[in-house]
Amino acid sequence: MHKSYLTLSHVGKSFQRGTNTTEVLRDISLTVERGEYVSLIGHSGCGKSTLLNLIAGLTPVSNGTVLLEDKHVNAPGPDRAVVFQNHSLLPWLSVYDNIKLAVDKVWAKESAAQRKVRIMEKLDLVQMAHAKDKRPSEISGGMKQRVGIARALAMEPKVLLLDEPFGALDALTRAHLQDQVMQIHQTLKNTVVMITHDVDEAVLLSDRIVMLTNGPAATIGEIVNVNLPYPRKRIELVSQPEYIRCREAVLKFLYERHKFVEAA
Amino acid sequence: MPVHSVSNVVVLPTKRTKSVLITMPDFKKIGAALLPPLFVMFMALLLWQIFASSPNSGLPPPTTVISESSDLILHPFFDNGGTDKGLGLHVLASLKRVALGYALAAIVGIGLGTLVGASQLFMRGLDPLFQILRTVPPLAWLPISLAAFKDGQPSAIFVIFITAIWPIIINTATGIRNIPDDYKNVARVIQLNPIQYFSKIMVPAAAPYIFTGLRIGIGLSWLAIVAAEMLIGGTGIGFFIWDAWNSSHISDIIVALFYVGIVGFVLDRLVSYVGSLVTHGMTVN
Ligand SMILES: Nc1ncnc2c1ncn2[C@@H]1O[C@H](COP(=O)(O)OP(=O)(O)OP(=O)(O)O)[C@@H](O)[C@H]1O
Ligand SMILES: [Mg+2]
Repeated sequence: MHKSYLTLSHVGKSFQRGTNTTEVLRDISLTVERGEYVSLIGHSGCGKSTLLNLIAGLTPVSNGTVLLEDKHVNAPGPDRAVVFQNHSLLPWLSVYDNIKLAVDKVWAKESAAQRKVRIMEKLDLVQMAHAKDKRPSEISGGMKQRVGIARALAMEPKVLLLDEPFGALDALTRAHLQDQVMQIHQTLKNTVVMITHDVDEAVLLSDRIVMLTNGPAATIGEIVNVNLPYPRKRIELVSQPEYIRCREAVLKFLYERHKFVEAA
Repeated sequence: MPVHSVSNVVVLPTKRTKSVLITMPDFKKIGAALLPPLFVMFMALLLWQIFASSPNSGLPPPTTVISESSDLILHPFFDNGGTDKGLGLHVLASLKRVALGYALAAIVGIGLGTLVGASQLFMRGLDPLFQILRTVPPLAWLPISLAAFKDGQPSAIFVIFITAIWPIIINTATGIRNIPDDYKNVARVIQLNPIQYFSKIMVPAAAPYIFTGLRIGIGLSWLAIVAAEMLIGGTGIGFFIWDAWNSSHISDIIVALFYVGIVGFVLDRLVSYVGSLVTHGMTVN
């Protein structure tokens, strides 16, 4: 029998505050293959970050199980590196030292020279080597996000978890970074789970788009397979029927069947 | 919210020019920075001169201060044995006490603050005690510490310690409690152990708060030492002032007050400078 790389089976999450319990996620089952790029999309507050944190092991599941290569996920670890919604670089460390902190810990057995190569390699990959001695406060939002990605990649995670990595960026920077991430995914063939709000971003980057219903007790509403070969070129895509089909499917799901209730 | 100092020296911001290659000194800028304080100082001296010159004034005017206490002003480090020393030596004696008491307060304060900030349990247990003890005025500790230590020197150091420690504890705890979840999550993903977490995340993240506490602490220390030394006697700037009062050397007191003010100002700047070096300009917001 074929075993999946990352498996979520009947995962649920409830938060307890005093006597109230809020059920945020219910019965989520999903399998992700090695090397796959999966996007999670859903309205704000439906529980996307919560789901990502469950996979990361940062919060424990209330129900069900998360398996990565047949091992239970019950604590955070560098094999599931996260790029957080707001970059979360440490402001007192330089770009280089931010990555070094992770590399020194994850690759503690290697020599200092080998670790340095790792750091520079990943900085080159996101084209940030020129700013290695700058502090996070001295670089732009897009650059910070790139450093965050480099830090996560430097751990060589089994699954790279991205929580709206481009959410806070302007359209141009965002497009540029999307292309970079696509490129990196092509080069490293790594497994990625990405949260997004952006339909075009989801279709551009993903093999599959997982759509969550509105909370409370959000679950998977529908999954769209994007059958487009990589590398994808954003300009050429626009006119392709498969692209239009996927885009429509996601838009329909989000704006017709699962309207953002509070906004109405 | 960090506790902010109440009674500190107001520092007029001085303009800094960024360029290194200054071919001509910018007289306009220097003038704009220097003239207002010089003018205010001149006016203050003038008013003081006018009001203190009237025959029934209890205070000497600046001219009298300068002529009566010229040896104090010109020779800060003379030592005629006993308590007859230059102001510089008295200040040094006070600084020694402050250094000891303040260093202890910093170490213990940051330690306790970390404990209280990191652990809900310690917080609940210790916070009420801190809240009560921190309102006790510095000098109220003096009789108790004299009773406990039976000697002036350690008592003065203890008063400094107990005065400076509260803002350090409270600000450190606030800093630790305010560490963003993001940083904690980063630490968890890369699996830092508790010691690494302490040194690589906790301390640097809380550093701006810790230095706010340290800065308030040094100001309070200096306030307390002058008062404590008046009661303890022996050496120190506080003792000097009290001694001068008893011998009716009002001019000497005034000179000593300038010393106290300047040293306090320098201490404050010093801690703030070290803070800006350590925190790389990260600010408490
Ligand atoms: N620690 C917590 N305790 C209680 N409730 C929580 C906790 N974390 C999240 N929630 C709740 O779970 C729900 C989902 O939050 P989550 O952050 O996962 O949403 P999201 O889909 O990532 O939203 P956004 O797109 O705005 O980032 C929210 O209603 C939130 O209030
Ligand atoms: Mg979120």
